[in-house]
Amino acid sequence: MSFALRRLAHSLFVLWAVVTILFLMFRLMPGNPLAAYINEQLSEDDQRLIMAQFGLNRPLYEQYVIYLWNLVQGNLGMSFFRREPVWDVLKSALPNTLILTITGLVIAYIFGILTGAWLATKRGTLAEAVIVPAALATRAAPEFWIGMILLTIFAFTFGWFPSGGANSAGAAYTSEWDRILSRDYALHLVLPALTLALYLQGLPLLLMRSTMLEILHDEFITMAKIKGLSPWRITIHHAARNALLPVATAFALGLGATLGGNVVVETVFSWPGLGRLLVAAVSQSDYPLAQGAFFLISLVLIILNLIVDLVYGWLDPRVSHG
Amino acid sequence: MANVQMPAQSLPAGQGGNAFVAGLRRILRDPFSVAALVIYVLLVLVAIFADQLMTHDPTQIQFRANGRVATNQPVSEAFLLGTTNLGRDIYSQLIAGSRNALMVGVTAAISVAALGTLVGLLSGYFGGRIDAFLMRLADVALAIPFLPFVIVLSGFFRANTWNVVIAVALLLWPNTARVIRSQVLTVKERAYVEAARVTGASDLRILFVHVAPNILPLTFLYGSVAIGWAILTEAAVSFVGFGDPSRISWGFMLQDAFVSQALSRGSWNWFLPPGICIIMVVIAGFFLARGAEEVLFPKLRS
Repeated sequence: MSFALRRLAHSLFVLWAVVTILFLMFRLMPGNPLAAYINEQLSEDDQRLIMAQFGLNRPLYEQYVIYLWNLVQGNLGMSFFRREPVWDVLKSALPNTLILTITGLVIAYIFGILTGAWLATKRGTLAEAVIVPAALATRAAPEFWIGMILLTIFAFTFGWFPSGGANSAGAAYTSEWDRILSRDYALHLVLPALTLALYLQGLPLLLMRSTMLEILHDEFITMAKIKGLSPWRITIHHAARNALLPVATAFALGLGATLGGNVVVETVFSWPGLGRLLVAAVSQSDYPLAQGAFFLISLVLIILNLIVDLVYGWLDPRVSHG
Repeated sequence: MANVQMPAQSLPAGQGGNAFVAGLRRILRDPFSVAALVIYVLLVLVAIFADQLMTHDPTQIQFRANGRVATNQPVSEAFLLGTTNLGRDIYSQLIAGSRNALMVGVTAAISVAALGTLVGLLSGYFGGRIDAFLMRLADVALAIPFLPFVIVLSGFFRANTWNVVIAVALLLWPNTARVIRSQVLTVKERAYVEAARVTGASDLRILFVHVAPNILPLTFLYGSVAIGWAILTEAAVSFVGFGDPSRISWGFMLQDAFVSQALSRGSWNWFLPPGICIIMVVIAGFFLARGAEEVLFPKLRS
């Protein structure tokens, strides 16, 4: 219990720090410090309204307090380019990013863990000589480049999957769930999720393999062998369970890179998620939207990290009681 | 990679020269490390002799014998890797890109390694409040989504390769710092550090003369991995369109190919080579790290 509370407090602290950095970063933008909220194309009345709402005519520390208060209430300002509240724009992109990330992660970790565990029992075989360098190469490749190759093969050469977007143009859906659960959406999801999974599987695969190799030499494994347990039982029940902890650690440490990497994958496949929104906002100098997208990506990252840590503490009691 | 569960083990201490030579010998016996060194040497040589290796000016539009612009040429003797949709020589761009990769990789590696080592040293040696503060800072840096941060930074400030290097340094030091810190914690308990303290050596002297040399191999290890990260990051930033427009990099080439519909045209000769070059340089860092791990952590030798 106290572990969960401590962990929550830590997350809140990190969130506060990130939010503060964000505040300073967008105030340090070149040009007018007010540029983060106001551009000249807005009408005089709108400008004055936003000035008052965000306290832009007051000293910096007051602006900071107002900024925090607005954030707590979910008020992220107005998008310059789209002329609607930032939160509304983000809300429509968030599910797409979450679905893409989680699908990619799940495929990558299931595949990586199973293949890595299997590979540990195949020392010195051809499978090892082929798969280990291949896994290293996918880790070393630019994520978007993997996407470009999949796109060329499966979308442009064979035409099996659509080349971009999340839904076919002109399709109408009764609800958001209806849209996400449609076959069309699933077809659009295949290539970006596969790109993400291909990029991510190397880490769990290699880590699972090396930890398994270490554990298979441990005394309790020898003991299990002496007891006459089947190799399968030893691999899965005794070795794999213990090898999962470092993989879980790596998973938590890798979340940041995963979410960040989404930005390029979403760009390659025109996937309407937060990353693509961020890129568009930055290139259009849409400060409020860029700030909002960055904030939401950070928030998702912090929440995912919190969940992973809590699960981890539950898996390995040494952590929560340490 | 595999550093996550690496046990904090002791390094061979106090026998500087011999340990270094022995380590070097071991590296040269490991085929992966040799491959890594070959890749690095090749990259440096190509970057140095780029002017001699290029067959065309990479930014110049090329013409065919009949005076037409040589657009989308296939691989040929005149154009070793063909040409872009605007008639630029892909092979020469690839060679020119090596300079950018080397520059970004090396500067980022040095800054990450230097910053991480310094923080790790101070944090591990002094402990207490300094340690708590620096490690909190590391937590925060790790919580910032990496690529979005770099994109915002290079998008809002003038597109410039140095912004990428700065951003990489600002966000990647914590990994190095944490490992160095745990190493310092064990090194500072050693008898010779104690001896130095008894003879009245100052903290700074102990830190930089007695402790630092023992953690230097780790610094190199993390530096070599940072080379790869920096090049990948530069490529990603260029790809989403915030790269330095005045420089030819492999990431720029990929972005150029992507927005010029090279994919639907199936111009493999355009977008395959830059990706392979990036993989080679990044994987060299992994290989070296893998080889170095065996040197640093003798328990892993089998």
